[in-house]
Amino acid sequence: MHMETNTKIKTTQDKAKGLHISGAEAVVRCLLEEGADLIYGYPGGAIMPIYDELYKFQDRLHHVLTRHEQGATHAAQGFARTSGKVGVAMATSGPGATNLVTGIADAQIDSTPMVCITGQVASHLLGSDAFQETDIIGISTPVTKWNYQITKASEIPEILAKAFYIARSGRPGPVLIDITKDAQFEKFDYSYEKCTGIRSYAPYPTLSNDSLEEAVGLIDQAKKPFVVWGQGVILGNAEKEFKAFLEKSGIPAAWTILGLSALPTEHPSNRGMVGMHGNYAPNILTNECDLLIAIGMRFDDRVTGDLNTYAKQAKIIHLELDPAEVNKNVKVDVALLSDCKISLQQLTERIASKSYPEWIARFDALDKIEYDKVIDSDLFPTKQGLTMGESIEMINKYSNNDAIIVTDVGQHQMVACRYAKFRQSKSNVTSGGLGTMGFALPAAIGAKMGAPERQVVAVIGDGGYQMTIQELGTIFQQQLAVKIVILNNDFLGMVRQWQQLFFDKRYASTEMVNPDFVTIAKGFRIQAKRVDKREELAAAVEEMMASKKPYFLEICVEKEDNVFPMIPSGSSVSDIRLE
Amino acid sequence: MKNSTYTISVYAENNIGLLNRISAIFLKRHINLESFSTSASEIPNVFRFVIVVNTDADRVRKIVQQIEKQIDVIKAFYHTDEETIFQENALYKVKSSSLFEERQIQNIIKDSHATIVTVSPEFFVIEKTGFREETEQLRKDLAPYGLLQFVRSGRISVTKAKMGISEILNTFKNKN
Repeated sequence: MHMETNTKIKTTQDKAKGLHISGAEAVVRCLLEEGADLIYGYPGGAIMPIYDELYKFQDRLHHVLTRHEQGATHAAQGFARTSGKVGVAMATSGPGATNLVTGIADAQIDSTPMVCITGQVASHLLGSDAFQETDIIGISTPVTKWNYQITKASEIPEILAKAFYIARSGRPGPVLIDITKDAQFEKFDYSYEKCTGIRSYAPYPTLSNDSLEEAVGLIDQAKKPFVVWGQGVILGNAEKEFKAFLEKSGIPAAWTILGLSALPTEHPSNRGMVGMHGNYAPNILTNECDLLIAIGMRFDDRVTGDLNTYAKQAKIIHLELDPAEVNKNVKVDVALLSDCKISLQQLTERIASKSYPEWIARFDALDKIEYDKVIDSDLFPTKQGLTMGESIEMINKYSNNDAIIVTDVGQHQMVACRYAKFRQSKSNVTSGGLGTMGFALPAAIGAKMGAPERQVVAVIGDGGYQMTIQELGTIFQQQLAVKIVILNNDFLGMVRQWQQLFFDKRYASTEMVNPDFVTIAKGFRIQAKRVDKREELAAAVEEMMASKKPYFLEICVEKEDNVFPMIPSGSSVSDIRLE
Repeated sequence: MKNSTYTISVYAENNIGLLNRISAIFLKRHINLESFSTSASEIPNVFRFVIVVNTDADRVRKIVQQIEKQIDVIKAFYHTDEETIFQENALYKVKSSSLFEERQIQNIIKDSHATIVTVSPEFFVIEKTGFREETEQLRKDLAPYGLLQFVRSGRISVTKAKMGISEILNTFKNKN
């Protein structure tokens, strides 16, 4: 390849020049150049030279030994999501590398910046089915933003610079760099230059002025405008510009699951969540608005329901950075292809200041219906069993609505996202697009290390918890004050809910005979408690939140509660069910 | 939406793994390719992929968006047959004895404007460049006389419209 012509690089540090070092040492020095002084990983044969250098550099670079390579990727994701930096995960060849794949796929679909470094068998063994050889480049191709195999030490600085640039620029995503063992041992003359551009890659499209004018026209004419925002607002660091846009335009707004926390829960423009288990008003009114402004979101099927009946009456404006997302699922009238930090600022400058009292009253009226039929009994139940909703409400109370909430996948995730309250951005860490059970516990490790001054509460179901439960070992070893809440209904609750509603209550393989979770947590030397009575809940949550150490709390909730509202799969957003 | 033939042209860096990355985009969408060819392009160090696919206008647009999203891809386009000049190349290996014994075969070769590439005592090889229907017709015509081997290349194509790759590369050079 012709890197010298294709990649634009800038010298940032000259002092490293003149170093004659191994490829392995170069990897560690490159990581430090990129500000990656915290990495998650697991050693093994083909990556031992790099681990040997990590040992020598341990005063400058902290390596967190997870208990499984999947845990390393989710921890790196959690770190990226709360810190805004690139997460780094490391593993050996073969099974070490394949164990990264789920986390990489999760990072790809949720646009999380991550660099994975894998060891590989020596280059002369490539293709020989050597011990722990696997084609991780081939395997990871469909789920990476970019990947590359290094077979010569001299490639390391330029490729790693490129890896970090690609991971964090434009629409972020995961990059995998596979390094053969001989390239790790090989000595070469090291120097590091930061990547500032790649000729075949244009991460930031230029905003079209004509489209901007067209969008302003649509916004100024609209009678019932509605904003749906996604993670783009957070990834673009555009929270301030977004808030200013909402406040000037007076437009009600709702979030996709990954957009959550970009706007404080209590902000008057915040009308809740759209999608399958979103709020009643924003879903129904998606099909009543006359203008839909989609900001940094991708019209996922869990958001849109049946596309043939999705917002057909509305004009649609799409603020989007990735050209491949425009007109992918929903045909739009105006696309503002740009970083939304820029397009939002431009829109705010040009639009008229307005308010929509009658239109807002429609939201209020529908909110009242949802409150009476669903929310009231979720948050303030009078029945005997504990609900997931009151558990989340209790966490809100004792975290002053200001914790980072890390969720897994399933009923607890939907309930937590519906009811958790937020004051600041980058506070919601969940597996949205891929729906990866087992995500939360390792992601909470990274989330806490990415925002050490904040409270991090991992809310997990009893099913997903057992998929990566071994990371309790990592939490204890690192002495991370992560708060772990298991909402235990002894079921794979979301699947059971679908079986109840759509498969005539045939509960195929969803009932769980669970272990004693408190004993297990204690076995990992983590303080642990179980509650199953309403009168014990407040004290338990209070004690957990006050703890300066890792803390495990099992909340035994009602076994067969369902999450509502719900848009049945394939139905229209306006066919949302309240029961 | 109606299916038709689209020619996708991709200008890209010559990087290992890009072929895999592009084919994965089709695999993920369960789309079979009609033909696929790669070669150098008019620009030094820039490769060109020509992919032929039978699908509808909406899908081909989305596929090209996904191809263009790949880091090592400079630009991707799609065109209908009317917007391109395209050819395929075919080779036919026939027993030499039939050339001398069957007079008809000589007429077939003459009428098809095919060229004889090589002749040996055992076999001869003819070559034909043209549209799919033309190379296909020749294959059918020769089949009764015993085709020992037949092979056809992927489509190669140039577009009637300008591609503007050098401009993209120059803009990058000037900006950085």
